[in-house]
Amino acid sequence: MKILVCLKRVVDYNVRVKVKPDGSGVITDGVKMSINPFDEIALEEALRIKERGDAEEVVVVTAGPGDARQQLRTGLAMGADRAVLVKVDEAPLPLDAARVLKALVDREEPGMVLMGKQAIDDDANQTGQMLAALLDWPQATFVSKLELADGKAQCTREVDAGLETIEVDLPAVVTTDLRLNEPRYVKLPEIMKAKKKPLDELTLDDLGVEFSGGLEAVKYEPPPKREAGVKVESVAELVDKLKEKGLL
Amino acid sequence: MTRILIIAEHDGNELNPSTGKCVTCARAMEPDSVDVAVFAADPKALAEAASKLDGVDHVLAVDGEHNEHILAATLAPQIAALADGYSHVLAPSTTFGKDVMPRAAALLGVPQITDIMAVEDAHTFKRPIYAGNAIVTVKAPEDRLLVGTVRTASWSAAGDGGSAEVSERSVDADIPSHTRFVKLDQHESDRPDLQTASRVVSGGRALGSEENFEIIYELADAMGAAVGASRAAVDAGYVPNDMQVGQTGKIIAPELYVAIGISGAIQHLTGIKDAGTIVAINKDEDAPIFEVADFGLVADLFKAVPELKEALK
Repeated sequence: MKILVCLKRVVDYNVRVKVKPDGSGVITDGVKMSINPFDEIALEEALRIKERGDAEEVVVVTAGPGDARQQLRTGLAMGADRAVLVKVDEAPLPLDAARVLKALVDREEPGMVLMGKQAIDDDANQTGQMLAALLDWPQATFVSKLELADGKAQCTREVDAGLETIEVDLPAVVTTDLRLNEPRYVKLPEIMKAKKKPLDELTLDDLGVEFSGGLEAVKYEPPPKREAGVKVESVAELVDKLKEKGLL
Repeated sequence: MTRILIIAEHDGNELNPSTGKCVTCARAMEPDSVDVAVFAADPKALAEAASKLDGVDHVLAVDGEHNEHILAATLAPQIAALADGYSHVLAPSTTFGKDVMPRAAALLGVPQITDIMAVEDAHTFKRPIYAGNAIVTVKAPEDRLLVGTVRTASWSAAGDGGSAEVSERSVDADIPSHTRFVKLDQHESDRPDLQTASRVVSGGRALGSEENFEIIYELADAMGAAVGASRAAVDAGYVPNDMQVGQTGKIIAPELYVAIGISGAIQHLTGIKDAGTIVAINKDEDAPIFEVADFGLVADLFKAVPELKEALK
């Protein structure tokens, strides 16, 4: 089986994101960029599946500007076999991303597509579900445990009510949650080796995909700030304050 | 015409309060009509409950064996089939809505707006991005169906004085068999529901163990509060995942939130931004939680929590 893993280049999760003063976006110049952490978990899972012999090849893919090569190289250094960059001017909206991924699935014919449950930039949480819909494949979202057997996957999902287990026929789209695994660290020799691994570049024309966009970001603003309140000296004072406010 | 369809969330027995919050959000769009669709094996009682929500015009009850356990793969094509004639289809931005709505949107060939937190007009919305570190105003085209999920913590629930008409509806959709429900492991609790409780007590990594977490439950019971936890406490195995409060867990808006032994990582703060009053108890006076707490107590939680419990007796 071949596994396709979708990576998105995002502002690193340790960066405290700030809105540009003119409200036209957030500041990304000179900011550290990384693989979306949920996607990193997806790649780690794909590598583990390959390492235990349930997959032969792991391919990392992304759609974005040329800079995203860096994140694909990191994916290769983690252990992916090859990479595909679909070069577009900016990271597409989820539905357009799903269209690109569908075209890649049609070319690559993987037995499973893995990606993070959401990207930590737009927090949309849509692309995996949309890809599954376009392919008419099963989807398992928010997965914290994944077991493969007999052409099926048992997926444990972190849902509001607890842990839900569903069974899906393969091929399927699986989106990963935080507790699925802990991604490995990349070692320096792997980074050197990754430079020799294949990284193909495609255009939307090559894939026959057209973007439809459809949503316009009118303005960006910082969130309303919550002011720090007061420090109390004792439990008794805390209880008094809460009683004053009618909260106890 | 702004005609809104809301997909009800429920567990087969009870309507989830998130449904009423979607109604409030829908009403903010000044619509011509708001309908609620209830998909269930036996939707009668649920449809009845939905019909009482203030601001609902019609309730559509869709039955069928395949609606016994709601799965995105089986529900999305039914939503797509029912969407005809509506300008908007909304669902709560809970794990239910997040799972099914993008699938429905893609079947309908339209983009989705996730986590609607404010309505400017029927096609312009505010939503949080970057874990709530920025708010973006998004405009959708007026001539296309709009699919969206509603950030429930931003909206109050609709009242229950309504009397909408209920009608049974059959939906013509291909129901796939490639996805099957196996089980739901639910952590049973008699305490108030975390997502809707007016008081919440949460514990963090500083509790140190599952056994020590007991004092959080005891305090919560003394206050009649629901119990939550930070991601660190869940990762450490002190409590199950459904108790996680934060960006990737539950986003909540209780009147009173008590954070105990929680440092206040940005992803946790994202989940409690809309709380009325935040209380923090932490022995580290520099913990970021104090930057957002209305009342902060720098203290050893193992002393302060039992003392607080006693004071409430």
